[in-house]
Amino acid sequence: MDGINALIDGFGTALTPINLLYAVIGVVLGTAIGVLPGIGPAMTIALLLPLTFTLEPTQAFIMFAGIYYGGMYGGSTTSILLNTPGESASVITAIEGNLMAKKGRGAAALATAAIGSFIAGTIGTLALALVAPQIVKLAIQLGSPDYFAIMMLAFIAVTTVLGSSKIRGLASLGIGLLIGTVGIDPTSGQQRLTLGIPQLADGIDVVVVAVGLFAVGEALWIAAHLRRNPAEIIHVDGARMNREDWRRSWKPWLRGTLIGFPFGAIPAGGAEIPTFLSYAMEKKLTKHPEEFGHGAIEGVAGPEATNNASAAGGLVPLLTLGIPTTATAAVMLGAFQSYGIQPGPRLLDEQADLVWGLIASLFIGNVILLALNLPLATIWARLLNIPRPYLYAGILFFASIGAYAANTSTFDLWLLLIIGGLGFFMRRFGLPVVPAIIAIILGPVAEEQLRRALQISDGELSGLVNTPFSKVVYVIVVLLLVVPVVIDRVQSRRRGGDQGDQGDGIQDAPSLGHQHANQEGQ
Amino acid sequence: MSSSPTAAEKGGRSEYGVALLLLGLGAWAIVDALGVTDTASRGPVNARTVPIAVGLLLILMAVLLTVDLVRGGRGEAEGGEDVDLSHGSDWRTIGLLVGSFAANALLIDSLGWPISGAILFFGTTYALGARHYVRMALISIVLSVGSWYLFFLGLGIKLPVGLLKGIL
Repeated sequence: MDGINALIDGFGTALTPINLLYAVIGVVLGTAIGVLPGIGPAMTIALLLPLTFTLEPTQAFIMFAGIYYGGMYGGSTTSILLNTPGESASVITAIEGNLMAKKGRGAAALATAAIGSFIAGTIGTLALALVAPQIVKLAIQLGSPDYFAIMMLAFIAVTTVLGSSKIRGLASLGIGLLIGTVGIDPTSGQQRLTLGIPQLADGIDVVVVAVGLFAVGEALWIAAHLRRNPAEIIHVDGARMNREDWRRSWKPWLRGTLIGFPFGAIPAGGAEIPTFLSYAMEKKLTKHPEEFGHGAIEGVAGPEATNNASAAGGLVPLLTLGIPTTATAAVMLGAFQSYGIQPGPRLLDEQADLVWGLIASLFIGNVILLALNLPLATIWARLLNIPRPYLYAGILFFASIGAYAANTSTFDLWLLLIIGGLGFFMRRFGLPVVPAIIAIILGPVAEEQLRRALQISDGELSGLVNTPFSKVVYVIVVLLLVVPVVIDRVQSRRRGGDQGDQGDGIQDAPSLGHQHANQEGQ
Repeated sequence: MSSSPTAAEKGGRSEYGVALLLLGLGAWAIVDALGVTDTASRGPVNARTVPIAVGLLLILMAVLLTVDLVRGGRGEAEGGEDVDLSHGSDWRTIGLLVGSFAANALLIDSLGWPISGAILFFGTTYALGARHYVRMALISIVLSVGSWYLFFLGLGIKLPVGLLKGIL
């Protein structure tokens, strides 16, 4: 059980007073910002990336770990108390949670979400600690062709599974790959897409890209469509549940954990699909089917546990393979890169202190979160009253500092505005942001693997598919591309060929609502 | 669909602009790549390959998007807690926001962050509809001076002081 021993060492790292302090700061910041409407964990970490300029990597990641889980907790509070759709992973929680709150059962909804998140987060983190060393054992044998194949899979999965339009997903992927290509090509030393501008030779700083797409793009988009009458907030005092609530919640928590963790670990659009599956499952298994649609506690407990378990699952490919499956994970990968650390199978050996300290602080963060959330739910809920002008002005303010501080140059501020404008138009025209950010961060790594693979094979293209592993991965890629199209064709033929107004016709589970296509994910 | 018919109709024509943007970006990638000379790499893949592939992907998507739009496809605008899609984009707010942002970028080196940051915050809160001028000014100054000290003392990053040199 090398994972367990390493984890105990990790607790040694995480439990030093200074690191504990960073965990608490991360959790408090994450919860506070998660509660604030319009700000998700990806934006939070993006806005805090400037801290990586001076903070030790271990401390920075312990803090990011707190933000990662804290953002989830905060997000569920928002979706239960605010009568509007919020972050993608909380959309399902919002359905029953909001109905419960309206019936005066808000305290129980908040409690089952918080305790469910705690249980799922703890089991999920334990699973991460056990699974990660095993994956590393396999991953260490993979070569460049295999990695290139996995990255292709990540690109295709994130564009085809997420959102309602494949064309727009692939367009967004292309834009991301293009931005990732800007700068000097590390293999040949040639400048690419720099327009002769010297500041672009080093590529576009990850801080500027992440802050531009998430913070500035989002703030501009919301500002242009700001609700003139703020959404109604449901008042609630505290978070607690009775014996009956416990009895009805514990099984959904465990089932949700079971669904969420594996889904989080594959690049299939984060928590959206598993939370939906969990909701459908609880609806089927419940002894109170009449309550679904009117505020059933199982409908909050299951999806909320799923959400947190998938957040833990998402760390498996990030830490073992260097593959992000969500926007938040992509921004965290960007943070690793800005320390000159490339996550991958060697990370657990080379940066054992960092990785196991991070995993240990996820456990600690979970405990702090529970302690903060159950008694203080009412106080967090007050954050929902913050006047929107100050909130969104604050986002632009901190985005500007972060981008400027990256290289202390005004050039980056103009670049930030351009990328922010791009983020605005992507949201306006339904281009999902997640494929773009994953492509920006992962694109250059994929190119390097591609060229390394072909150097090994001496330029033979067969060198990309000459391992059994890469063959299997490419088969999955082809299936991902072909199967949905075939299913769609068959369905539309059965309907009597009435396609047309759906454009390229890939429809999501209908009751997911239409917001999620473009959300930043978790 | 979350957007109202009027917004959707207006969006219909402007969505062709997205296809045009993709086409332009794709063409740029390919033209730029053709100008790159890479003598170091051997085999079929060199510094030109990825930009050309990305350029082709973007052009292909521009074509497919156009076909999709002709067939009646529409991009879904993104929703959110504070987003109300029943009215169109508020360009006056966007203009004021971009103006405040640009003012900061232009003034940060000469006036310094404590002043240009305050202008940025004051301008953006005004753009977003706040009208408590005294409160806005106070918060702006506290935030910009506070963040200057936070970055200098906490992180060791010296943001420009500008006019306030010697005072801070």
